[in-house]
Amino acid sequence: MERELLASIQDLSVTYHTRIGPVSAVDHISFDIYKGEILGLVGESGCGKSTLGKALLRMIDPPGEISSGHIIFDKEDVMQYDDDRMRDFRGRRASMIFQDPMTSLNPMQRVDDHLIEAIQVHEPKTSEKDALKRSSIMINRLGIGLNRLGSYPHQLSGGMRQRVMTGIGLVLNAELIIADEATTSLDVIVEAKLADQLREIRNEYGVSLLMITHNIALVAEMADRIAVMYAGHIVEIGDVYEVFEKPLHPYTQGLLGSVPSIQLNDRNELFKMPGEPPNLTHPPAGCRFHPRCQHAMPICSQLEPALIKQSSGQSVHCWLYQDHPDKNEKR
Amino acid sequence: MTLGNQKTGRQAEPLLVLENVKKYYPVQKNIIDQVFAGHIDYVRAVDDVSLFIRRGEALGLAGESGSGKTTIGRLAIGLEKLTDGKAVFDGQDLSKLTAEELRKLRKRMQVIFQDPMASLNPRMTLGNAIKQGLRIHYPEQASQHRDMVLSMFEKVGLTPPLFFYDKFPHQISGGQRQRVVIARALITRPDLVLADEPVAMADVSVRALLLDLMINLKNEFNLTYLFITHDLATAKYICDRIGVLYLGKLMEIGDLHAIYNRPLHPYTRALMAAVPVPNPRKRRTEVMPEGEIPNPINPPSGCRFHPRCPIARPDCAEIEPKLEEIEPGHFAACRYIE
Repeated sequence: MERELLASIQDLSVTYHTRIGPVSAVDHISFDIYKGEILGLVGESGCGKSTLGKALLRMIDPPGEISSGHIIFDKEDVMQYDDDRMRDFRGRRASMIFQDPMTSLNPMQRVDDHLIEAIQVHEPKTSEKDALKRSSIMINRLGIGLNRLGSYPHQLSGGMRQRVMTGIGLVLNAELIIADEATTSLDVIVEAKLADQLREIRNEYGVSLLMITHNIALVAEMADRIAVMYAGHIVEIGDVYEVFEKPLHPYTQGLLGSVPSIQLNDRNELFKMPGEPPNLTHPPAGCRFHPRCQHAMPICSQLEPALIKQSSGQSVHCWLYQDHPDKNEKR
Repeated sequence: MTLGNQKTGRQAEPLLVLENVKKYYPVQKNIIDQVFAGHIDYVRAVDDVSLFIRRGEALGLAGESGSGKTTIGRLAIGLEKLTDGKAVFDGQDLSKLTAEELRKLRKRMQVIFQDPMASLNPRMTLGNAIKQGLRIHYPEQASQHRDMVLSMFEKVGLTPPLFFYDKFPHQISGGQRQRVVIARALITRPDLVLADEPVAMADVSVRALLLDLMINLKNEFNLTYLFITHDLATAKYICDRIGVLYLGKLMEIGDLHAIYNRPLHPYTRALMAAVPVPNPRKRRTEVMPEGEIPNPINPPSGCRFHPRCPIARPDCAEIEPKLEEIEPGHFAACRYIE
């Protein structure tokens, strides 16, 4: 299947300058986002997945900074944009949904005000009437009654608030929606319904969705591709069917093995991964996963592997799947 | 209600019995608001729930936010006063006890909360925090407290124990903090442990370790768990029986296998179907029920689930279904179970 490229992230790094030294939360990451795909970005807390999501919109505030890399979006490097172009880029071409919609929506603004404002900021020539019309169509499409246009955020349920947030991105025809734990604070049934709707929206509008979450089962449910992050690196990325069927990276294997499943016939023992994620002020040398890895070799603690595409389709960041002159050397 | 029936068919005696338990919270809390409103509205957090927990079992209570699962937990160990009904722990009616008697009983009923950072005093060393329970409940063994704490650290996997004894909560990781909270709960040698979303904040890799620890400790100390969770996938690994709550009512209760293999109530079915399966080849095809959990101040008439129920019939809005035994040990509150 030939997929059209939407964005290409190249060698992106984000460094936080803290009192105890620089923390490389995102460390030289490269990956692609295709048009109309749902890409699930998973990892445990502190792995840098939220930082990566924010970095794509250049929303890293001091003491953090994007210390290297390019974000090629539709053949242009977003890193070269000035503030005005950046403001236009955020919202109109790429928008973001956060975990807690209550803190993203203005408590003093009604639903229609949010949408009309978004339209008029980015397309100043639009009349209020046209903007309202577009907003109504969008709200209706998202399954919210039109009588809700006059509601304030606190009058809406959690699921509705997230749909309003999604609507703000869609009404401007954004090509990329970054959803950072967007379904996490919702109850399972509401979460499942929002997942269904996001998938429908993707099919209908052809928008790409970068779904940042710690919920691996939800990625299995929704995504086309999955990227697994560990300690600032993408350790494995590929098609969901391939990765879930045959995970290659030892971390992915452990992670998938420790996800509880509701189905009784599935294995009843959870995999217990030893250790905990490292402190990124002093990340382990070489592969950052090596202290917890059951297959660690001498080279793993010395040199960092590259993210290399395998014959099975996915790309893996692990020495088990690549050669190096020092690989078999005993030290 | 149907409590008598729930007990049939099984041998082990119940450690905790809740009978027709109700907990209403007034919306207008103070007298001035009440006068202005002209009446008092109540949030019916728990509305006539009966259940029991056998000695040595793990009972899971599952439900969405607002279902009353946390409130039931708090009522069960006497952290909240009942509006109506009875909570009996090991033959003692909690509402009839004096404050002093209840305090003595507390060493036999301990709690593990969701957020370990919020349950630990940031200015107390871990050793001291755990010792606190011993100072209160076992003052006569003061000379052995330190050793008891160290051995408990070892049991919950905080090794070497001496390394952790003088640490503060912020100096250790989230998973280790939850182990400290577990150690603190177990140090008083409880019979019943209320675990309210104990692993919800932990990452998946840490969660598996914590669940495993809780299962091992349950066997080692012969504990009884009341395990409160919104996550049915996690409950599967630890619970013997599961109760499903919706808007303060018990919708279904029974053995884990019965509930997971043959969920009877339409709400339980929806809840089970909504949980994503970590396998892209087993994607959900079921359509989710409409709407969200209604307002508990003014719950729907009849069956509380009827506005969202896929199989609702007209009389579901009028007649409230009773919890009935559909198969041995498996109860559901729905009048139209096939």
